[in-house]
Formats: sequence, C-alpha cells, structure tokens
Amino acid sequence: MAGLSFEHGSGSSAEANRAFKAQLNKVYGWYTGGFIAFVIVLAIFEQMGLSRQWIGFIFLFATVALYAGIGIMSRTSDAAEYYVAGRRVPAVYNGMATGADWMSAASFIGMAGTLYLTGYGGLAFILGWTGGYCLVALFLAPYLRKFGQFTIPDFLGARFEGNLPRFIGILAAILCSFTYVVAQIYGVGLITTRLSGLAFEIGIFVGLGGILVCSFLGGMRAVTWTQVAQYIILIIAYMIPVVWLSVKQTGVPVPQAVYGSQLQKVSAAEQKLIDDPKEKEVIAIFKKQADDFAAKLKDVPAALAADRAAAQKKVDDLKAANAPVADIQAAEKALAALPANDAAAKAAWTAAQAAAAARARPLAGMPRHAAQYVGDPNGDAAAQKTFNESRRNFLALVFCLMVGTAALPHILMRYYTTPSVREARQSVTWSLFFIFLLYFTAPALAVLVKYEIFTTLVGTPFDRLPDWIAAWNRVDPALLSVSDVNKDGIFQLGEMRIGGDIIVLATPAIGGLPYVVSGMVAAGGLAAALSTADGLLLTIANALSHDLYYKMIDPNASTARRVAISKALLLVVALAAAAVAAQKPADILFLVSAAFSFAAASFFPALVLGVFWKRANKWGASLGMVAGLGITFYYMATTQPWLRGIFGVTSPVELWFGIQPISAGVFGVPLGFAVIIIVSLITPAPSRGVQELVEHVRYPNVKLAAQGT
Amino acid sequence: MEVSENLQRYLQKNLRITSILMVIWFVVTFVVAYFARDLAFNFFGWPFSWWVAAQGALVVYVLIIGYYAYYMNRLDIEHGVAEEE
Repeated sequence: MAGLSFEHGSGSSAEANRAFKAQLNKVYGWYTGGFIAFVIVLAIFEQMGLSRQWIGFIFLFATVALYAGIGIMSRTSDAAEYYVAGRRVPAVYNGMATGADWMSAASFIGMAGTLYLTGYGGLAFILGWTGGYCLVALFLAPYLRKFGQFTIPDFLGARFEGNLPRFIGILAAILCSFTYVVAQIYGVGLITTRLSGLAFEIGIFVGLGGILVCSFLGGMRAVTWTQVAQYIILIIAYMIPVVWLSVKQTGVPVPQAVYGSQLQKVSAAEQKLIDDPKEKEVIAIFKKQADDFAAKLKDVPAALAADRAAAQKKVDDLKAANAPVADIQAAEKALAALPANDAAAKAAWTAAQAAAAARARPLAGMPRHAAQYVGDPNGDAAAQKTFNESRRNFLALVFCLMVGTAALPHILMRYYTTPSVREARQSVTWSLFFIFLLYFTAPALAVLVKYEIFTTLVGTPFDRLPDWIAAWNRVDPALLSVSDVNKDGIFQLGEMRIGGDIIVLATPAIGGLPYVVSGMVAAGGLAAALSTADGLLLTIANALSHDLYYKMIDPNASTARRVAISKALLLVVALAAAAVAAQKPADILFLVSAAFSFAAASFFPALVLGVFWKRANKWGASLGMVAGLGITFYYMATTQPWLRGIFGVTSPVELWFGIQPISAGVFGVPLGFAVIIIVSLITPAPSRGVQELVEHVRYPNVKLAAQGT
Repeated sequence: MEVSENLQRYLQKNLRITSILMVIWFVVTFVVAYFARDLAFNFFGWPFSWWVAAQGALVVYVLIIGYYAYYMNRLDIEHGVAEEE
C-alpha cells in the first residue's frame, strides 16, 4: 500500500487541490481493485473448502483492521484537521463520505426490509431520505460553508448572538445524534453476531473498537477517508446480490430498469395467495387462537383458574397412569409456566392475542405491494377514513424525514469540509448521487426478494426448506421463525414470521449465491453502520468539547487541549451508546425516525430563518427551538407505546389528525417557524454585526460584497 | 449595511431559482403522492405514482441539486462574487 497518503501539498492553491485529488483517485482506484481481488480470492478459498465461520471472521477482521489502518495513517491533533479535515476534501470524495455517513444500518439493512413488508408505504423512506438533500443544497450547505466554522451550534451561537441558542443547539444535537448512534451500534452487534457467531454483546464491542480507533486518532480527517473506503465497500456489496437476482429472474443485469414486470408478477402471486385455501386454513387457525385469548381475557381469574386446574389434572392423570417420567416432567413444566397471577396472565394473553390477530390476515399481514395506501377512497365511511389517514401519515412521514435530513448536524457538518462554497454546492450533488445509487436499488431488491419468496419458497415441503432459514432462526427467533401451523408439511406464507432487518442480509442466500457474497453483504452493512456511527460520535464529542467546553466554559483552552478533550469524550459517549444498545431497546426504526423528527423540529427553522431572514433574533431562535423540540417530544411521549411506558403515561392515546408518533415533527416544524417569527418581531432586531454576518454568508466572496455603495 | 445593486440582483436571482426548484420539488413529492391512487396508470410495468416515488422523484432531486450548483456557480462569476482559486 505504498503511496497511500492523505497528506496534502503545501497551501490550498488550486494546483495543490488538483494534485491532491489525482492522488486520491489513484489511491481509491487501487483500493477498489484490491477489495474485489480480496473477495475473489476468498471465493476461490471457499470452493477449496474454507469454512463459513472462517469466511465470516476474515471479513469482519479484515474490514475493521482496514478502517483502523486508515485511522492510524490519518491521525492528527491539529484542530482544523481534526474538526473539518483541513477543509480541502474534493467535492466528489466529500459526496462519497457524506453518502457513507448518511447511509446507516437503517438504510443498508433496514430499508429494503421495510419495503418488503410495507410496499408503497415504505417508499416514504426512499422519498424522504433523498428529497431532503434538495433542502440541504438550496437552503443550507453553501451558506454554512461560507460561514466556515466547525459545528452547527457554532452557527447558532454566532448568528443568534450568545450562548443560550448555542446551548440549546448543543442539547438538540446530542439528543438526536445519541438516539441515532444507539441504533447504529445495535446494527453493528447484529451483523457481527451473524458474521462471527460471537455473542451479541461482544459483537457490539468488537465493532466499537473499529469505530473508536478511527475517529479517536484522526477526527474528521480519519473519518472522512474511512467513510470513502466504506462507501465503496457498501455500494459493491449492495449491488451484487440484486444484480444476481435480476439476472436469475429476468435475464437482465439492470434490476432498476426491469423490476416493473416483476412487480406485476408479485401482484398476480399475491392474488393467488389470498385465494389459496391452504393459506386461508392457516389464517383461520390464527384467528381461532386470537379468539380463544380474547375469550380468556373477558374473565381473567376464572380462565387462569381453569387453565391451572386443567394442567394440574394432566399431571395427576399421567402420574396415576404411571406414564414415562419425561412426560410427567413436561406436564409439570407446563403447569409451572402458567402466569403467576391475574396481572401477569392479562399481560401475557393480551400480547398473545395481538400477535395471533396480526398473523390472522391475508399475506401474513402485508399490504399488497403495488397498492398506494390502504383503505378505499370510494368505499364506505370507515374505508374512506382509513384511506385518508394512511395517505396523511405517508405525506407527514415524508415531510419529517426530508426536513430532518436537512437538519441532522452530522450531515450539515460535512459541508464545512469542502475547500469552497462552489465545491460545497457540487458536493451536495455528489452526495445525493451516491446515495441515490443505493436508494433506487432498494425497492428493486424488495420486489425481487418478494417474488423469490412468493413463487419459490411458498409451497416447498418443510423438510426441504433452504439452510438460511435455520441459520437466521438461530441468530434471533424474533427475526425469523417458521412453523408448520396447519400441519400439512408444506410451507405457507402465513407460517413465516420475518423481520425486515434480515431481508438484505439474507438476500444472497435467498438467491442461492455462495457464502462469500453473504459475508460481503454483511461487511457492507457493517461499513454502513460503522461509518454513520463514526460521524455521529464525532458530532456529539465536538458539540461537547468545542461548543460547550471551548466556547462556553474555557475560551482560553489551547488547541491541543480541546482536541484531547474531544477524544476523551468520544470514548465516554461511545461506551455509553454501546451500553444502551446492549439492552436491545425496543424499537430501532422508531429510534432512528425519532432522531429525524427531533432534528427537524429543533434545527431546521432556526437555521433557515437564520440565513434568509435578517430580522430573526436570539429570543426568537431560542424559544422557537425549545417550542419545536418540546411539542415533538411531548407528542411522542404521549402517543408512542415504548415512550409511554418509560414516562409512565397512562392517559388514553389521543392522536392529532390521526398522525402516528413517528411523524411528530410535522407539528414541531411549523410551530418552530411560527414562534421564531412572532417572538423575533416583538423583541428588538439583532445587532448590526449580525446583519453583516448574514450578508457575509449570502455571497461567496465577501471582499467584493464589502465594496457595495 | 447598504448592499450594491449588483448584489441585490444576485440575491434576487438566487431566491428566484430557489423558489422555482422548490416548486418542482414539491410537485414531484407531495402532489404526486397525494394523487397516488389517481395516477396509477401503467408505466413500463409500474403503476406511475409508485414508480415516481421509487425512482422518478429521485432522479428529479439529483437534477434539481445539480442544476442549482451549475446555475449558482455561473451566477457567482457573472456577478463577480466567485471565490478566487
């Protein structure tokens, strides 16, 4: 790897920048070739008999060591290097790094799974997570680059004169980044477990080592160059299995262009499955289970007593009949496993009733893939209401994800790293282009996998089900479980419960590819989770060290001290996030989406008005951020089941306009705008210095701007 | 601070292109999604509104951002506010 260097020539002249870019092209060109060669060599070894466990280990350790190596090579303690990678990352590479920073475990692992499970409804994520970049490009990136500091709270502090807006910015940045990073580390744990067979908790800490070495030693500089490397791995890993499935099903290696025809076939298969008598049989069994539990729930004490008596009678009968010891023990175990009291019985039966009811629906509860929204606009009142709420929630979710995208500090921070405003604008284009490559492939992947499962897997005898089902069942039965519910020996769609998080990771196996591709896809998912975690941890540590410590507590701190503090905080935050992730918090997708709603409601109004409205002032921005964040948090805490549990909310759930808690930001963003505007207008205008700052960020070259009349 | 006529024109053009592009953004995102059921005619195999949400809108987003960068970078030079290299 001689010649691999992230050292920059002298100065920041255009020529040095060009030479630097040429150098990067060479390095990453070789790197991509090297990665492909590495996969081919492993594939040959697999044919020669290398075990799956070893392939998993080699992928895990080779990639983590690679990222750590880049981290070590770009170690630095210079502040500009540490916080903004020396501000000379060329637009294309900043685009790739932003792409990796952006595409998290949720995008790589979760999104195609969500699309598989929800069809058109899942496209809200595709739209939201790409369309948000239009807001970044048009409203924020060039202006923040012109402002040219280190963090987002920096901008709030300078634009809104003072530490109060800066402090609220710090709190909001930590709140959304931390919620988000927990989800990433959970993803890391899931993948390392699958790759290596290590325990989930150990897997988390192995992955964490890779994250830390990188960001710890080299800050933004190391993170940027690692993220470029991670982008290359993740995009190759995502594409290969989809292209393979596409060739297998349609004979065309461009899945994005041809999956329309597969979508039509999936719709036809859905109709067949809905009409299939065997599927109806499975549904009837679940329906009966749900009804049985519902009947028991009507009178819990009596039902529990009856269950106890029946279990006790069985034990007694077996004993009386001198049955084998094993049978008696099993019956005693069943007796002991009954709920201890009425409250426990009620909780257990309610959960069981809901689970059975969820599965007692056609297509295992999935909506038809091509159908836009559920319900019927021309049907009866109930169907119309369902349709309207479904559509409203789709639009609200798209809105929250878009505005959240344009307000997540770890993404906005990236546009501080380009050499100029001009490059910042181009860099957003490249960012979205690289993200687009994966996002317009994900819906294709979901449709192709669905076709494979509906047409190949359904109807297979149970004893001939493929290996991947058993393998994933071992990792976590909550992710995939299969049982012969109607005892006919044939697999029906209704008999499988599948979690969205395994669709992408299992795709190579579903398509019948060699195990080395599964390893590569897992390594890609790991790259996605690690790169996002890197960026997020850096954002949190910088908010604390740069904004809180340097700007608010000790403005005389030396550069070396600030960087040292940032590194120490990074370690603390990473360990805290890993500790939370090891608890497997209830709902990962909700955590990620909550981060978007928080970011949208707190940052977006203040940042946009800060650039486009000179009259916005300190009190308006501070109160606006608090109000936006406050109402978003309040709505989630009172409507989302998991948060209701944490905060002990017992009042009945009251949805506003039927909006789901995941889109709470739809209330926070307008309120934030309204509060900033109203409060700014009734309090004094900002100082002349601030007005000049706004002028300053609006024109890329301030010297000419100052020559005005 | 008094701003020269040149810079005011620069800002106006910036705001105008921003508004035009945001209208396009709004139409491909929210208007198409709102009328998704009505726009479900067959488009190379996909229902049209399904295809827009999965691919069409994304292509438009890339074009919006790319055009904005191209337009603004030229506007900088035209109005003499481009950065020196």
